[in-house]
Amino acid sequence: MSDLLTKPAADAPAARTRKLPGPRIYVWIAGAVLLLVLPFYLERFWLQAGLFAMAAAIGAIGLNLLTGATGQLSMGHAFFLAVGAYGYCAFAGDGDDGLTGLGLPTGIAMVLAVGLAGIAGGVFSPIAGRLRGAYLGIATLALIFIGQHVLFNAHDLTGGFNGRDVPPLNLFGLTFDDSELMVAAVPFGASEKLWYLGLVLLAAGGLFARGVLRGRPGRAMNAIRDHQIAAGVMGVPVARYRAAVFVLSSMYAGLAGVLLAMVFQRTVPEYFGMVLSLEYLAMIVIGGLGSVSGAVVGAVFVSLLPQILTRYSDSLPLVSDVGTGGVSPGEAAKYLYGAALVAVVLFLPGGLVRLAARRTQATPGEPSGSEGNDR
Amino acid sequence: MSTFIELLLNGVSMGSVYALIALGFVVIFKATEVVNFAHASLLLAGGYVTAVLHEDIGFWPALIVGIVGAGLVGAAIEFLVMRRYRGKDHSVLAIATIGVDILLVTDLTRRIGTDVLAVGDPWGDSLLEIGPVTIAHTRIAAFLAAGLLITAFLLAFRYTSWGVAMRAAAENAETAALMGIRLGRVSLGAWAVAGGLAAVAALFLTVFPTPGLERATSLAALKAFPAAILGGLDSTTGALVGGLIVGVTESLATGYQSDLTFLGRGLGELAPYLVMVAILLVRPAGLFGTKELARV
Repeated sequence: MSDLLTKPAADAPAARTRKLPGPRIYVWIAGAVLLLVLPFYLERFWLQAGLFAMAAAIGAIGLNLLTGATGQLSMGHAFFLAVGAYGYCAFAGDGDDGLTGLGLPTGIAMVLAVGLAGIAGGVFSPIAGRLRGAYLGIATLALIFIGQHVLFNAHDLTGGFNGRDVPPLNLFGLTFDDSELMVAAVPFGASEKLWYLGLVLLAAGGLFARGVLRGRPGRAMNAIRDHQIAAGVMGVPVARYRAAVFVLSSMYAGLAGVLLAMVFQRTVPEYFGMVLSLEYLAMIVIGGLGSVSGAVVGAVFVSLLPQILTRYSDSLPLVSDVGTGGVSPGEAAKYLYGAALVAVVLFLPGGLVRLAARRTQATPGEPSGSEGNDR
Repeated sequence: MSTFIELLLNGVSMGSVYALIALGFVVIFKATEVVNFAHASLLLAGGYVTAVLHEDIGFWPALIVGIVGAGLVGAAIEFLVMRRYRGKDHSVLAIATIGVDILLVTDLTRRIGTDVLAVGDPWGDSLLEIGPVTIAHTRIAAFLAAGLLITAFLLAFRYTSWGVAMRAAAENAETAALMGIRLGRVSLGAWAVAGGLAAVAALFLTVFPTPGLERATSLAALKAFPAAILGGLDSTTGALVGGLIVGVTESLATGYQSDLTFLGRGLGELAPYLVMVAILLVRPAGLFGTKELARV
């Protein structure tokens, strides 16, 4: 696991700068070890918060491929999350609760749900392929409304307003539910087990997206973002690439949806509304457009902020509990990330990761930490 | 048949209100090439000011203060956020307006809370009956006010120097600047006008038959997006036609909902978007939008 996380990170800068791996590798190893041991120490609340952040990070990586790297504004990301979440429920559900369920093995259901989200993205591509910029953004907004309509009305499939239960994942005899499993004298419930699943999925998703962005497809995507006609002239099959990125981004969203559903253990339609889409856009802009690290940083920022404020609302000035008339934690979080969004666009083009990169560049003799995708 | 006419009239009336919102949206886009996702907050701000003040200073002064207030909010957004952006990517700026929207809507909905604020309009719930057709006074007022404002706006757009400056800036910003047109002022004006139009729209979205201003009122601005898009983002005519299409579609879909139960409840919310997607499939730049041509 730690191998998976650290190795390419160490290799890539070394290959580019032809130098021995610098201190970055130790940072990566330390980070990986920390993430691996956290379930032994953290309480359930923080594990759940971390899982939300991981799921959000996966979704944000997908959106960053589409909006950040290829320049296709999408406000319909929440729709594909919903397809993933409900797709998993429908494929894996056993139909006991009176809702449609195919009763497939949960591992297969997960893969199928991600595939289904991809297909949904592909179905939308005739529209996505014709529109650009703001037109595309608002056309994808239609997806949210269509999605909400279907989620509330297709009662047999989605359970309507009340949503439906999510069957726990079962992989190789290990069930990701609250059946207790003692590991080193620490009881492992659903959160602890899902934590590792989330880490694996996030690492795999992150590395894949990194590979896409650094390779030939990434160059082509950036070319399309910067100048679509020039990209076409240079031999990039623009339409095919745009459709493919849309599908890939939807699959990431589907995966994030599946993971979210498992963490929530129940899916409700209200969650997959426009606010969620806007949150994902906020994530990639705050973190940094066009890079995997940007998506992850932004996702952690936007999804942990409300949790932290809720947790410490007692000790924070100006923030009070819900219903007491003051600023509730949820509202405070919205203020903060709304302001962060504006501030980042105005004062920090490139997002929070660019801030870190700038500091690295300022130190002489250090290999540059930037992702090499100047806008 | 009378039901149909009633639905149609209500649809046209609502459509003219959506057209007001969409017009502001289009004006901002033409002047600055920014898609303003903060339009919902302008709408809510105007409505909120009117609703809070009307008991103290009377309806008409409150409405004027509301319009001016929303215009000032719009101008403030332009001055404090849009003007400070140094990059070139307009879609990033559009995302910044989402940030502004989150800030303002959070603040206003926190103030409104779960209340439903009356705006104190003089029309109340009185109805006008023409033969078998019944229509609320508010709907007629909405249609007349929107028609008047839109006409005034289009005339100003065509004949005043402000309008000429705006059109020149939309045509070619650089040349316009070289000709002595102050682009900053043009975009400031566009945002202020959009705010004022949104405030008027907010009034007619909160009068009878809707109960009043509530947190969900800002969602109405979301219907102006399909209106602006299906008409063509850079066309004022498009905004009007788009608004009417959205209004009529919504009204008919809601009115005949009981005949369309197989499609599920709440179809009225969805119908404008379906129409928009269908139109965009055929005409990707909207009905009246400039087709994107590029010289290589």
